[in-house]
Amino acid sequence: MDNSRRKFLKIAGISAVATVGAPAALNLLTGNAHASSGHGAPQAAAPAAHGAPAAHGEAPTGKRYGMVIDARKFHANPGLAEKCIEACHTNYNVPDFGNKKDEIKWLWKMPFANAFPEHSHYKKDHTVHSMDFLVTCNHCDKPPCVRACPTKATFKNKDGIVMMDFHRCIGCRFCMAACPYGARSFNWRDPRGSENGVPFIKKLNHDFPTRMRGVVEKCSFCALRLAEGKLPLCVEATGDTGAMFFGDLNDPHSDVSKVLQSKFTIQRKPALGTTPSVFYII
Amino acid sequence: MYDKGKIVPGLIIFVGLMLFAIFNNAGQKPQPPKLEKPEGYKECVLPVEEMKQSHMVLLNEWRDEVIREGKREQVKVGGKMFDKSLQRGCMHCHTSKKKFCDVCHEFASVYPYCWDCHIAPQRDMADQEAK
Repeated sequence: MDNSRRKFLKIAGISAVATVGAPAALNLLTGNAHASSGHGAPQAAAPAAHGAPAAHGEAPTGKRYGMVIDARKFHANPGLAEKCIEACHTNYNVPDFGNKKDEIKWLWKMPFANAFPEHSHYKKDHTVHSMDFLVTCNHCDKPPCVRACPTKATFKNKDGIVMMDFHRCIGCRFCMAACPYGARSFNWRDPRGSENGVPFIKKLNHDFPTRMRGVVEKCSFCALRLAEGKLPLCVEATGDTGAMFFGDLNDPHSDVSKVLQSKFTIQRKPALGTTPSVFYII
Repeated sequence: MYDKGKIVPGLIIFVGLMLFAIFNNAGQKPQPPKLEKPEGYKECVLPVEEMKQSHMVLLNEWRDEVIREGKREQVKVGGKMFDKSLQRGCMHCHTSKKKFCDVCHEFASVYPYCWDCHIAPQRDMADQEAK
């Protein structure tokens, strides 16, 4: 009895090792290029599937929407930034909870030191110090929020826009921790609610949903409007002041590309390697 | 068996009570909910039977196509173009959530969370105000 069980276990063990090890051993012996990893094929295909940015020097393919913000124009036109923010926030039913802690923002203003902490602000001129900069989601080429999201609720679409699928968001806020620009806001409270009889959303736009409690939201570069052939609301709100330019960064003849080629621009926190798509003329 | 006199009648009463709901409704046909159909429109994006069974699947597909793949092209129904959208598509014709969606969902006791974010058509608000 003992003997036969011993035999059985031996055979079972050897066959288990053989089934697992044989293909790998075979790969090694045949000198297959992918043999070392054992999963070579899927790995090799991965960069293409993710649409990873082309290596340095290669021409990028596909669209990548981007924006240039001329801070001097905003400084010269007081109230213009507020107009842009208003246009954005009313259209997207962005709630106003009335306090900084719960604040939801798609587009907002920041002083130089906060917007560009990597740039020296030692002995900067007075204008730059007193200026507020319009900031929003940078729609990074390498978005850290997308890497952090466990449900793929946030993702980069084929036009290079970092999108949110609110249906999928579970409110874990990993993306908020990952975003170095503070571009994401969490709904701590129900945006449909009200306080002292004042609703958080002053006037509902019936063409766009609200969010629910426990969902993260941010700027979408007005992806829906782009599909309709319109410009983002903030860019439209600047009118012909030339304060904002929008277009395809990969198209050398687009508005943004022309501005970027002719003017000196800076990005927010470039050293982090997120390659933001929003540029600033200071 | 001890306490036969109590247990047996007790059991009969218990089973009777449990089965009362079944006997009470035996032979009756459940009344299907009556939905308000949009006026002036003859067909939906899919045949009625398919919409009844799997409108939720279609909505999910639309959502993924629109948000993830950017396929926002409109759907053509009876010569008219409609957005692939709940708020701007479906509710364009079905102008009341209360008299369309809710009637069936309450009958079937399903409570989807669409309207936690999506905004119900204005007609519902108008109806509520009028009451």
